[in-house]
Amino acid sequence: MLTKLTGGIVYDPANKVNGKKKDIYIKDGKIVAKPRNVEPDKEYNIAGKVVMAGAIDLHTHIGGGKGNIARMLMPENHRIDPVAHTDIKRAGTGHAMPSTFTTGYRYAEMGYTAAFEPAVLPINARQAHMEMGDVPMLDKGGYVMLGSDDFYLRMMAANKDQQAINDYVAWTLRAAQGVGIKVVNPGGISAFKFNQRQLDLDENNKHYNVTPREILKSLATAVKELGIKHPLHVHGSNLGVPGNIQTTLDSIAGVEGLPMHLTHVQFHSYGTEGDFKFSSGGAELAEAINKNKNMSVDVGQIMFGQTVTASGDNQRQYANHAFSNPNKWVCMDIECDAGCGLVPFKYRDKNFVNALQWAIGLEIFLLVKDPWRIFLTTDHPNGAPFTSYPHLIRLLMDKSFRNDMLATIHPEAQKMTTLGSITREYTMQEIATLTRAGAAKITGLVGRGALGKGDWADITVYTENENREKMFEKPDYVFKDGEMVVKDGEVVKTVWGTTHVVRPDYDKSVEKDLKKYFDKYLTMKMGNFAISDDEMTEDGRGSLTVHPTVGEKI
Amino acid sequence: MTEITEVPSPFCGIGSDDLTIQADGVSIKVTKNGCAVNTPAFEQAITDTSPRVDGKEVSLEWAVVRAVKILKAANQPVIGGCATDVNGMRALMALADRSGSVVDNMNFTGAKRNILAMQDSGWMNTTLAEIKNRCDLFIVVGCDLEAFSPRFYERYLWNKESMFLDDTADREVIYIGKPPSGSASTSPNKAKAKVLECADADLPEVVAVLKALIKGNPVFADQVAGLAVADLQEIADKLKSANYGVVTWAAGALDFPQAELTVQTICELVKDVNASGVRCSGFPLGGKEGDQTANQVCGWQTGYPARMRFSSDIPEYDPFLYDINQMFDNGEADAFIWVQAFNSSAVPPQGGKIPTVVLGRSGMTFEEEPDVFIPVGTPGIDHAGHAYRLDNVVAIRLKKLRDSGLPSTAEVLTAIEQGLVI
Repeated sequence: MLTKLTGGIVYDPANKVNGKKKDIYIKDGKIVAKPRNVEPDKEYNIAGKVVMAGAIDLHTHIGGGKGNIARMLMPENHRIDPVAHTDIKRAGTGHAMPSTFTTGYRYAEMGYTAAFEPAVLPINARQAHMEMGDVPMLDKGGYVMLGSDDFYLRMMAANKDQQAINDYVAWTLRAAQGVGIKVVNPGGISAFKFNQRQLDLDENNKHYNVTPREILKSLATAVKELGIKHPLHVHGSNLGVPGNIQTTLDSIAGVEGLPMHLTHVQFHSYGTEGDFKFSSGGAELAEAINKNKNMSVDVGQIMFGQTVTASGDNQRQYANHAFSNPNKWVCMDIECDAGCGLVPFKYRDKNFVNALQWAIGLEIFLLVKDPWRIFLTTDHPNGAPFTSYPHLIRLLMDKSFRNDMLATIHPEAQKMTTLGSITREYTMQEIATLTRAGAAKITGLVGRGALGKGDWADITVYTENENREKMFEKPDYVFKDGEMVVKDGEVVKTVWGTTHVVRPDYDKSVEKDLKKYFDKYLTMKMGNFAISDDEMTEDGRGSLTVHPTVGEKI
Repeated sequence: MTEITEVPSPFCGIGSDDLTIQADGVSIKVTKNGCAVNTPAFEQAITDTSPRVDGKEVSLEWAVVRAVKILKAANQPVIGGCATDVNGMRALMALADRSGSVVDNMNFTGAKRNILAMQDSGWMNTTLAEIKNRCDLFIVVGCDLEAFSPRFYERYLWNKESMFLDDTADREVIYIGKPPSGSASTSPNKAKAKVLECADADLPEVVAVLKALIKGNPVFADQVAGLAVADLQEIADKLKSANYGVVTWAAGALDFPQAELTVQTICELVKDVNASGVRCSGFPLGGKEGDQTANQVCGWQTGYPARMRFSSDIPEYDPFLYDINQMFDNGEADAFIWVQAFNSSAVPPQGGKIPTVVLGRSGMTFEEEPDVFIPVGTPGIDHAGHAYRLDNVVAIRLKKLRDSGLPSTAEVLTAIEQGLVI
């Protein structure tokens, strides 16, 4: 079947197409060149409408144990946002941490076609994939968390060589079916289990005598040498601590030019100036990112309102539990592997700290110059639920709207930010880069986030509207793998995306040590740990897409 | 005869996955690492393989047709048990969503004590591998742990080696409430568990005093429920000087009114120990008959644990109103589906003469034959699947051990759901 989208204005940064009128032809799920002498079976007249690839969220907590604890913790938050079933949709609930089906529908209804879970604990990876297996409409994938697991820290303490580390990283990635490697508060989750309540970049984990800086370097090297396209995905040390901008700058220096992605960097860009000893490090952060081309970031913008923070960083979550609103919170130590912490938050525009957090996120968005190295996230649900993206896009694209909002926040916070003086407005092409082309490139997806010949036909069509929030919250059409799945902002067909993975080679002899370790210290046999391909596909809906890796020694 | 090693068990809740079994046709023998819970559960013979309608053997298709008819005629169907694997629970939720049913896990009345506490104030918990490697002080509140889980001590406390303890035999075990029924809690160097015995009904008071002592609040009594406050003070001091104390309880065993408040007190005292400057964790016991699995799947699909309903086309959660036993007593249900793929002696509660469909483990016998009985395969024996361990983080991959021809819960429930579409 040949489908034609006629007359749309295409923004496709991957192919350097910037707002050009262009017809798109779709066959067998992919974009094809204009066929000769063949009439389309189906034509959509989208004259004058804005066409982009399906959007990709590279950091959103949509699957895994901590998210499910967050769901269970907040029944009152679901009660305000029930979602009824229809002939084609399952029932579910919103709001801060929606149920899986509702997550898929709502993403698709905003024009998204892929989302990545950024904190897959290897021991909890089955759950992450099973939950994502119940997220319809989207492609998905997970970054596998390492760096506070005892096997790795024992290797570091024993000064194992980089090759051995690489083998372990690749083995874990394969066992947990991941597409990238994540580190959360490097070594800090482990340190908390030894009762260290904080851990600076150059502070030793007191049991292993290993520092976060050493962990960053070792894992970033492994990712590079294994050829994993997505740079080491880093939730840095000292999240939320005033003055942590210095930690962040030191971390950037610490990886010595290796590719590194700093996630929810807003939470890591705080100074200690001013009457309240809390200030913006947004400009310093942006300068460092502009200068260091090895770096990429996503912002983790906060929005005002109720949410729940869900993080693997139980050390920092424990430290922040006093801010929980409502006053209930969960921390867990997990399986000599990692941990998690759930703390409900209500960000308020009249609270000085929250107001400045909001401004810092926007400063970072507007001061980082290269749209290929910065990504649009709220660290869902930690800064805000993903459903706030259209509002965020309006803040980026509309200076007067942004300044109107700025005028409503805590007055002392207004004085502590340069936001009002920043005149930049994101262009349509830049938004397409942040949310499509750039996100596909940095996660190593082949054939996604782009509208060239041979790319998968994940396509979103919007009606141009001066009010960018209105425009981006309700696409006219969304096509997933060539099928029309959303019309006028409503799901019209349920489809199931693929799971993206990478599988760098490793020396199988790594399993000798691992088997002994599992038998002695863990609670599961090594043979029962790895997730088989069957498990990913036996429900009849799931599939795997393996992306290439090209390793290089450094 | 086939030997299969590293077999995981869905029965014991603690995820033992080192069993060796021999399969001879459809008969199973546990030849290594069995226990009083797992061995009989694996070895139970298959008795019936045919579905029955009104007590007569019929084809699966016919049994499904009857089940569909019952659901179509119902105003308020309820689905109880929910004892199955992840895919079974997924199918159960899809059916409940389509039919507007109540979903009620059979262990929810116990589990609710934990869930209510968690949803009100949260907790700080840990998992089995952390216990195995770190725990130096283990406190059991109101539960006979070895009866609950015969291999718990062997696997997770008296393990030979641990990463962070010099000698695991030096761990200290203390019971508050029920004394242990055997000697599993006695350490390899013969140190017996210390026991502060009291009645279950006295636990709220005893635990509250322990919490006060940890906080350093003044306690003027010398005795509480027959226990010396000085002995409780000693436990408080030990918790505050341990490197990694763990306090465990089984919500199902705390069978007295408002036991959720006792669970909450336990969770809060764990937080207090952490606030005092040392680490300490809670550890709720459960995970049997697929209860964690039911709550997890229901949780991610609806946002709520497994006592909820779809009656108004949306998920609604109420830990009290949607108790199916209470609904039966009040005449609020008019069709009943019972799902129990693990345990043939867990028969459905009497639904009060309403049409009843049972998906049960082969061998289930009834005082009153249900309208429809469909013997289903047991996850981890008859088909592969996934089940959650008690610590809620680890889903174990269950293996298929034999070819019994029994359908899975998921297959049967999906067929019923599809029947409702037509």
